[in-house]
Amino acid sequence: MTASVQKLRASSSNASLAMDWKGVLRIGLVGGLMAVLVSVIGMVETFDGRDIIGGVITMGQTVLVMPVFITSMMAAGLNSSYSRLSQILDAGISGLLASAVLGLLIWVSQMVNLRPIFVNISPSLIKILAFGRTLPGDLIPALGLLLGYGLVIGLAAGLLYVAPTKIRKAITSGIIWVLVLGLLGELLRTVVVGKPFEESVSWILGTRNQKGVSVIGATVLFLVIAGISYLSQTFGVGIRSQVQARRSALPVNAQRGLNAILVLVVFLIVWQLPSLFGIYLSDVANTVGLYILMGLGLNIVVGFAGLLDLGYVAFFALGAYTMAVATSTAVGSGRGLILFSLNLTFWEALPVAVGVACLAGIILGIPVLKMRGDYLAIVTLGFGEIIRILAFSDFLKPYIGGAQGIVKIAPISVLGQNMTKPPELFHVVLIICAVVAFVAWRLRDSRIGRAWKAIREDEDVAAAMGINLVTTKLLAFATGAAFSGFAGAIFASKLTSIIPGSFGLLVSINILALIIVGGMGSLPGVLVGALALVALPELLREFSEFRLLVFGAVLVGMMIYKPEGLLPEETLKLELHEPEPGELES
Amino acid sequence: MAILSAKGVSKRFGGLQAVNKLDLEIEENSISSVIGPNGAGKTTFFNCVTGFYNPEEGQILFNGHEIEGLTPDRVTRLGIARTYQNIRLFANMTAIENVLVGEHGLLKNNFIDAVIRTPRFNHEEKAAVEEARRLMRFVGLRGMGDHLARNLPYGAQRRLEIARALASKPKLLLLDEPTAGMNPQETNELTRFIRDLRDQLKVTILLIEHHMRVVMDISEQITVLDYGSKIAEGNASDIQNNPAVIEAYLGRGAATGLKATKVQ
Repeated sequence: MTASVQKLRASSSNASLAMDWKGVLRIGLVGGLMAVLVSVIGMVETFDGRDIIGGVITMGQTVLVMPVFITSMMAAGLNSSYSRLSQILDAGISGLLASAVLGLLIWVSQMVNLRPIFVNISPSLIKILAFGRTLPGDLIPALGLLLGYGLVIGLAAGLLYVAPTKIRKAITSGIIWVLVLGLLGELLRTVVVGKPFEESVSWILGTRNQKGVSVIGATVLFLVIAGISYLSQTFGVGIRSQVQARRSALPVNAQRGLNAILVLVVFLIVWQLPSLFGIYLSDVANTVGLYILMGLGLNIVVGFAGLLDLGYVAFFALGAYTMAVATSTAVGSGRGLILFSLNLTFWEALPVAVGVACLAGIILGIPVLKMRGDYLAIVTLGFGEIIRILAFSDFLKPYIGGAQGIVKIAPISVLGQNMTKPPELFHVVLIICAVVAFVAWRLRDSRIGRAWKAIREDEDVAAAMGINLVTTKLLAFATGAAFSGFAGAIFASKLTSIIPGSFGLLVSINILALIIVGGMGSLPGVLVGALALVALPELLREFSEFRLLVFGAVLVGMMIYKPEGLLPEETLKLELHEPEPGELES
Repeated sequence: MAILSAKGVSKRFGGLQAVNKLDLEIEENSISSVIGPNGAGKTTFFNCVTGFYNPEEGQILFNGHEIEGLTPDRVTRLGIARTYQNIRLFANMTAIENVLVGEHGLLKNNFIDAVIRTPRFNHEEKAAVEEARRLMRFVGLRGMGDHLARNLPYGAQRRLEIARALASKPKLLLLDEPTAGMNPQETNELTRFIRDLRDQLKVTILLIEHHMRVVMDISEQITVLDYGSKIAEGNASDIQNNPAVIEAYLGRGAATGLKATKVQ
């Protein structure tokens, strides 16, 4: 049946049941295949023991339901001219089809032994999919249940799709928050353990030996989040515009003061976080901080100046190795010792490390001045590898330790006190991040920042505007490298030992990915990107097997649906405050 | 006095002689045009003047300075600005930021100034933004400053490009086909605007243009190029009656035909 005929039918009577058979079939099958995929790769089985909502929904069920639910919603949205009832039915049929595909997997697994090919199709997986029924005896009831669930999930997705926007958004954000809290519940529990308010939150997070949130907690959380979302959609715009109006009514200086106070308050809150975090979370936060530092630096090179640098980890390595060689006390000849050390303290060595990285940025910058795009990427990629291979090499082993790396690096010390515990280090990292972010922000809104952006947009024209390409590009490379050297120096002192394995290509890729996910050229984007790509994978370590898989899928999805990043670069409003000009026109 | 004088400028691309021993003198505060069929070497000549190409032979003097072989940014700082045939704005920057980039060479603040916001920085930035707004108004784009350049309508983009070029306070402004893609009314407006530019800002203007009415209307001197060589020079009526020009544009048959009709 052709699409035009369907359209005709749909428009002739809106209340009648119309259906885009092909579309629903396609989407339903895709949903089913996705569900089969997560089963076959072992996600369902691995996550089955992990509760999202204690005793009710497991993580395994969630990853199984999610693709079916999402594709059913897509099926409902196939044709906006259909009546609501048809849309709900479309979704239901899509859900049914998806579960049928999954049913097919169960059925086939009873007929033939699939395990030689798909290791993960174990009896226990099949048991999960068959709702615990014993197979093959109970095959028919199990399949019936599966299809029934599929239909219900599909219909629910359809209902959600046709619900008014506000309600849909409220329910969606409620569900997402419950899922997130369910995932991170265990971590949160470690945070509250021993705190005075442990008792008062335990009803949400469940008992100590339980994973995921409690049923009551989930319900309350869902209602609260959905309610907040609904209210903010109803009144949020009004309140926001009122706040905006009040703010812009203030004189410029008062606005600046208000901003400064806001920043200070946020800073103070973040300052207090380690006492809440404990050791593990503080350590994660420190790692995030280092990535933010590097992200801010690469953001200048790639986000502002548009120079695609794939060897960015080299500067991180140089900063770390300089710090190591400058401060290590493991001097001597033999295993694990280096021949030579400057015997500096952390604070004396820090400017040296930053300087070396900065210089390396300039040295790398000079040969690549004339290169653009892909060529630049390849050269910088090579540079990153050279530094890594040198670090591994036997040739430099007496000086920088070869594959064994360097130990006994001076720890960060403040006022004679060594900062070795993560919560203490957190404050150092926070201050340095704040300073570097401040510098990056100030540079962005200046003549230099504009010159970088102009080079990103069109190098030839930028030159024709009087921008010296050589110095401007080198400044971008040097600044970016310096930030990364900073991060490297702290990294070395934080661990007090380094090995060359920490400076692989994957670090470069990760930093690049985090600024792309956060939003190219956006400073808050770096923070969000680092949280999303560094903190989240670290916190979800229990799913380590599937980390990269999910990571890759999320990246693909992001680039398709939100290519500008989570927090895209904002444009400055320079003309907005323009007073009505009475002056002459020329 | 000639503000720009080219002597025997040649530029080759492999076997192609794009500009061939070109001599050209542009009087200060004049409006001149370079015309010629497609591929005649007009834009290549512009690129030689603005420092994008380094001509193999010849000399280009601007205000007494030898400028051939200088990098584009140095040429711009000496006082030459240009626009492009196919608009080349900084698409993802706001309109006013585009103009501010044009002011780049005139501003002095550096890295340290930017980070600690010295009084010099604040003062200079404020003046720069003020100047950018003034230029936006001058080209008729008041209130459009905070739009991204790529979101502006076509005519506004052309004007913005001119504003950006003017931001460097040039003595010589090179316009590469400024009326390309404009309707007759916009073309008329732009023609008037170019004349205003010269009269009010005392800037010398050299344009490449295919729109003959515009060329004949505003140019005090016209140079015709064909296959990289100058084939004619003079004012509008000289050029219109020059058989070599007619031949270059329409072919030899047309040139002889035209002569014949004239004789009759």
